[in-house]
Amino acid sequence: MKIKEIADLLNGKIIGDINYETESDNAFASDLMSDVLRLTTPCAMLITGLCNMQTIRTAEMADIKVIILARGKIADEEMIEQASVNDIIIIETGYSLFKVSGILYNYGVQPIY
Amino acid sequence: MHYTFDIEEGNFTNAGQASGNIKKTLKQLNVNPASIKRIVVALYEAEINAVAHAYGGKIDVDIDSDKITMVVADRGPGIPNIDLAMTEGYSTASKEVREMGFGAGMGLPNIKSNTDQLDIQTQLGVGTTITMTVFF
Ligand SMILES: Nc1ncnc2c1ncn2[C@@H]1O[C@H](COP(=O)(O)OP(=O)(O)OP(=O)(O)O)[C@@H](O)[C@H]1O
Ligand SMILES: [Mg+2]
Repeated sequence: MKIKEIADLLNGKIIGDINYETESDNAFASDLMSDVLRLTTPCAMLITGLCNMQTIRTAEMADIKVIILARGKIADEEMIEQASVNDIIIIETGYSLFKVSGILYNYGVQPIY
Repeated sequence: MHYTFDIEEGNFTNAGQASGNIKKTLKQLNVNPASIKRIVVALYEAEINAVAHAYGGKIDVDIDSDKITMVVADRGPGIPNIDLAMTEGYSTASKEVREMGFGAGMGLPNIKSNTDQLDIQTQLGVGTTITMTVFF
């Protein structure tokens, strides 16, 4: 799935490589990072309302390439820098976690479980 | 190869630096990606615990040709009941820690499932030392 498509669906703003295409079309939604770190299946996208350095670190450790920041959360400079060093793309959207998940699910994005 | 890192008490911004560093090193050494993920998830969870539940500490990492050994030693308060702490979902995380995205009670179980050897030594009022080994 193209990053641009996802951002358009979510009326979101892309921070990072606009032309990136996810390898698999699956996602996981959580505000608790250890639940994300528990996943053993490769996960393409993390949908979260948690907006701090640990959001980026978690994606870094879990090999997640796309973070969708829901509920109008805005990444700060330090987060953007850390994401870019690790080739992680951030999409900011004003939609809630539920709405983001619903739209993407409807579009064919698969749950991890 | 030996590496050491400091863990600053209560510093949630820097937590994860050691794990990020080790990840880069292991990639350069061409360790397989599946092992790298197990290693860095375990180290990251231990690092976060030392920040979230203890007063910081120190990390010692040794990388050999076939394995990595990671020792995370913190400065207290120790774990009163390790069996309970290892239980999925058990957490004493403060409101502040939860706001940082932690407190699912999954960190220690994640460490257990991502390591081949795990040893936890703890002394109340002194500290906790977690030794983790992963074979590549
Ligand atoms: N280094 C430590 N020092 C003191 N207590 C600890 C330490 N590590 C873990 N604990 C205790 O064990 C509990 C369980 O730890 P665990 O890492 O599994 O979950 P958590 O840190 O509470 O939440 P999560 O890791 O899912 O974000 C903690 O809530 C805490 O009470
Ligand atoms: Mg933990």
